[in-house]
Amino acid sequence: MKLITAIIQPAKFKDVKDALAKQGVTKMTVSNVSGCGQQAGYEETYRGQDIEINLLKKVMLKIGVNDKFVEPTIKAIIDGARTGNIGDGKIFITDLQECIRIRTGERGSEAIG
Amino acid sequence: MKKINYCIKCKRRWPVVTAILIALNLTVSAGSIFSADISLEQRVADIEAYMNNGARVTSTAVPPVESKVPGAGPGHNAWMMTSTLLVLFMTLPGLALFYGGLVRSKNILSVMAQCMGITGLVTILWWLCGYSLTFASGSGVEGGSTFLGSFSKFAFLKGVDSLPNTDYSAWISHNVFSMFQLMFAIITPALILGAIAERMKFAAVMLFSGLWMFAVYFPMAHMVWGIDGFMNGVWNSKATIKALDFAGGTVVHMASGWSALVLCIILGKRSGFGKRPMAPHSLVMTMIGTGMLWVGWYGFNAGSALAADGIASTAFVNTTLAAAVAGFVWPMLEWIFIEKPTVLGFCSGIVAGLVVITPAAGFVSTSSAVFIGIAAGIVPLISVVKLKKWLGYDDALDTFGIHAVGGTLGALLTGLFADNKINPAITANLGELVGKTLWLEQVKAIGFTVGLSVIGSIVIAYAIKFAIGLRPSELVEEQGLDIHDHGEEGYADFQIIIR
Repeated sequence: MKLITAIIQPAKFKDVKDALAKQGVTKMTVSNVSGCGQQAGYEETYRGQDIEINLLKKVMLKIGVNDKFVEPTIKAIIDGARTGNIGDGKIFITDLQECIRIRTGERGSEAIG
Repeated sequence: MKKINYCIKCKRRWPVVTAILIALNLTVSAGSIFSADISLEQRVADIEAYMNNGARVTSTAVPPVESKVPGAGPGHNAWMMTSTLLVLFMTLPGLALFYGGLVRSKNILSVMAQCMGITGLVTILWWLCGYSLTFASGSGVEGGSTFLGSFSKFAFLKGVDSLPNTDYSAWISHNVFSMFQLMFAIITPALILGAIAERMKFAAVMLFSGLWMFAVYFPMAHMVWGIDGFMNGVWNSKATIKALDFAGGTVVHMASGWSALVLCIILGKRSGFGKRPMAPHSLVMTMIGTGMLWVGWYGFNAGSALAADGIASTAFVNTTLAAAVAGFVWPMLEWIFIEKPTVLGFCSGIVAGLVVITPAAGFVSTSSAVFIGIAAGIVPLISVVKLKKWLGYDDALDTFGIHAVGGTLGALLTGLFADNKINPAITANLGELVGKTLWLEQVKAIGFTVGLSVIGSIVIAYAIKFAIGLRPSELVEEQGLDIHDHGEEGYADFQIIIR
């Protein structure tokens, strides 16, 4: 079992979700986050004064998957989120020690699926 | 409970009681009116005077006669009550939303509390002696050229009742006039809040506002609008400076704007200014406030005719044109020279147009109003974008850039464009100057206003600084004034985006 954490452009979220659905991945947790990477930040102009905004608005997805779903999930996120520009985001993959479905008490792969 | 029962029981008898009361009242008043010899001619002339907003026939007739209509004229009075609430609407919630949207979310409530605090404080001062200091005659005799009115004549609004005060209008109730002028007295110190936003203690704001009313506002309003005022060129033939100010270019916008500059420099910059982003937290709120300010400004400008007459109509049209033109020119210039037409640009342009037309509203032609609108879209824009950066002061929400610069520009343009064909009232005392050297009188008034505002504000600001301090600690400023000064959060149930 793996935990896939992806940080993407907010505007590409819908594409990513559609691509994931095509691969059969429909369960996820999504949050609005702020951050900065190579893009560094951006500028807004108020009454002619430039204001540098350091943190950019991003969307973070957390998806717990069984091993055979890892590659399809990665592919779907890349397909959906890639524009080829700086700021497209990152995917982190970590081992998932355990997963429990609260309603039934099921554990492991059963609970994820 | 007894009283309520009594009313319910007597419900059916009320029409009878009312009819008897009305009959009695008519008999009593009829008795007193018919004692005077008022002719039909005089009665008609009196009604015509009401239609034309002229002086009462009863007061000018020889020998004096008593009118059947001794009180205020209903149409003029209704418009003045409407205008009064329109001007209040400019502060609450217009200005509170306009400024509130421009600060960071942690300081939204501080702006709103300061606006409401000033509303209460100034109203109390106005009742106490403020109205008297502003609109009672300072010399006590016919004519004169005074800096301040009488301390006691109208103190506690004594004698300010529903009968008109003929010093200012033959047809509007004196108490309505006092409330209309109160709304101007409220919004003026509230405008200063824009320059000092996000970094001044509530106690210091209240203390400054209270003292500033006595040092700057009451004298300024008396000098420009008081019957024997030092700079009241329209009504006071003995005025030392024969200046014109229709609705408050000098009294409201210049006085608040120049004082704001002084206060924001003495106060210093916001913690982290220039290093960290301080973007407006809700331009939506600012836009709503702008719309309310524009609507309210009809009370401010057209209401300053103090009647529902032709001058009010002129001011109404000029206000519309100047605001719309400036509100269009400003964002278009942004689009051409900076990058994009911003919503804040539209809002700033509209407010600048309204500020610049204020002193001229009832004195200039429609085409002049369009020209004034164009100037209002250019000059304050340059001051906000270039001058501010160049001088490096932290006028958080641009009170100086828009109100002081706009007010000064408006005062000057009023001198150039005032036309006695548009407003014959300026012929009597200013006929010699209109179209010639009136602008020079305006320059004198500008100099005097800037001087009084700057000196008054420096003295008060330093006095408060040494007495209780002006600013909260740096930690409080970082946390936001809302929690520290007011114990509340503006958006307690919302996630605040870290940026």
